[in-house]
Amino acid sequence: MNWLTNYVRPKLQALVAPKEVPDNLWHKCPSCGHMIFHRDLDKALRVCQHCGHHMRLPVKRRLEMLFDDGAYTRIELPKAVEDPLKFRDQKRYTDRLKETRARTGEHDAIIVAHGKMGGMGVVVAAFNFDFQGGSMGMAVGEGLVAAAELAVLQDAPLIAIPASGGARMQEGILSLMQMARTTVAVDRVKEKRLPYIVLLSDPTTGGVSASFAMLGDVAIAEPGAVIGFAGARVIESTIREKLPDGFQKAEYLLDKGMIDMVVHRRELRATLVRVISLLRNRAPAGELLVLPREMNPEDAARSV
Amino acid sequence: MHILDFEKPIAELEGKIEELRHLGDGGDVNIADEVGRLQVKVDKLLRATYAKLTPWQKTQVARHPERPHSLDTIKALIEEFTPLAGDRCFGEDRAIVGGLGRFRGRSVMVIGNEKGSDTESRVTHNFGMAKPEGYRKARRLMEMADHFGIPVVTLIDTAGAYPGVDAEARGQAEAIARSIEAGLNLRVPFVAVVIGEGGSGGAIALAAANAVLMLEHAIYSVISPEGCASILWRTGDAAKDAAEALKLTAQDLQRLGIIDVVVPEPLGGAHRNLDLAMRNLGDALEAALKGLEGLDGGVLRARRREKFLEMGRQGLA
Ligand SMILES: [Zn+2]
Repeated sequence: MNWLTNYVRPKLQALVAPKEVPDNLWHKCPSCGHMIFHRDLDKALRVCQHCGHHMRLPVKRRLEMLFDDGAYTRIELPKAVEDPLKFRDQKRYTDRLKETRARTGEHDAIIVAHGKMGGMGVVVAAFNFDFQGGSMGMAVGEGLVAAAELAVLQDAPLIAIPASGGARMQEGILSLMQMARTTVAVDRVKEKRLPYIVLLSDPTTGGVSASFAMLGDVAIAEPGAVIGFAGARVIESTIREKLPDGFQKAEYLLDKGMIDMVVHRRELRATLVRVISLLRNRAPAGELLVLPREMNPEDAARSV
Repeated sequence: MHILDFEKPIAELEGKIEELRHLGDGGDVNIADEVGRLQVKVDKLLRATYAKLTPWQKTQVARHPERPHSLDTIKALIEEFTPLAGDRCFGEDRAIVGGLGRFRGRSVMVIGNEKGSDTESRVTHNFGMAKPEGYRKARRLMEMADHFGIPVVTLIDTAGAYPGVDAEARGQAEAIARSIEAGLNLRVPFVAVVIGEGGSGGAIALAAANAVLMLEHAIYSVISPEGCASILWRTGDAAKDAAEALKLTAQDLQRLGIIDVVVPEPLGGAHRNLDLAMRNLGDALEAALKGLEGLDGGVLRARRREKFLEMGRQGLA
């Protein structure tokens, strides 16, 4: 697994930004200001060892961290329509896409992968915040639809990991429609009584928060992650309200009853494994109610 | 009447007609002739202007303060309207109105964003910007309709969900998500009509329907042109360009396969002839409902979900 990160990434960095390497040896914690050596920071999963601040974690590092032995298989995502509106602001959307693809080596802002977690098969749909702020357009929607289909096919739980500012504005109304499309997608998983877990990472806002991301059976957030519908600046400027301390942070949402738990990055994998194994646990075989083959489970429930 | 910038030449002519009418008192033949001549001119100008409204001009028409809002529409089309209130959880949000009623004979559950039509009612209805309790009420009413097998009709007219501290604290995102989900899961006919402004998540919360109708000059978008301009152009002055780029008009959205029917408006916009606007809307709504009535609940739900899944997959080249 690691040949890729060890070999390809440094080489890419050498090509793209040769000057950045020396600067990147030390990172300043944006919360407490401490300087942290890059290897220590990576070992700590980009959590500041001084103040516990969770910095954003690159999507591939996150997948590596979550799957057993860091091993997972990505699936190829269906090609979505490119630039459906022929959108152009100060730049063509197609040019922006080209640049981001060259810089990130990724096709769009979502990765769908499957593998084992605690020995159980799972499907993960993870956002790549480095790709246009993780914004959701057709390609991201197709990614979630594909992830849901794969989960149903593999009879596996689906874990969605949003990291997104919201809609891909350059796809206009089609980005808005992803709110409905992704809702249909995750509902298909839920209908099969497969666990649908959302791991809310920083940030989860706008149309992403107001659709699939808030529909998890269990909602887990990383400490300090910004989660909300309207942007803080929009609220401050249009409504002229003073924002309370910790507004829209994971802990605030926990306090307001909007999520189940806030979990340190170090504990995420173990927490996910535990939640999924509990949800999928069945009663010991002898206690199972044996249904006649033709009997609809709903009717059976009524007759009990 | 509130005059939009691009309507000023029309308003001037209409002002002249009004003056002449006062002068003539109906008796003077010359004045009557002149009035008739001017009226033809007004019609011509209206027709020419409204035939080629730009997306930015349509945005102005869609937000016209005298445009029929949800309560006007309900008053015109729904008999025995019986408002139902509250989310059974926190409060009653008047930015979303809803209730039972009879539309051309059948019971319906109507749910709509209400912007208000004067200063006082605008405040009462929070300018049409709903909080979580509004979306939770919508969801409650949708589920009630589902329970009784009554079709759901939604009327979309909002700048967007309310961006405020209290709304966030009570779970605006979750409330919208559940409202979308409730709509997608209905086993009754569900028709949404964008009557004015279809703004972002606050709109799709009520619009994941079997059939989405749109008035001819309404708009529907992921973000307001002003918001889009300030983010992508870094200046609100580019709102006109953003309106073009966003493809937010009913005509563009029909071409993109996002909406199903464009409901014609009277010459010069719905606000110029409320009766005709409502008659057109009533006919289109009835046709849409008739196309869905009699279908099995499971089929209605499956088709609705399939329709959104397929959206954007083809026909956009
Ligand atoms: Zn720190």
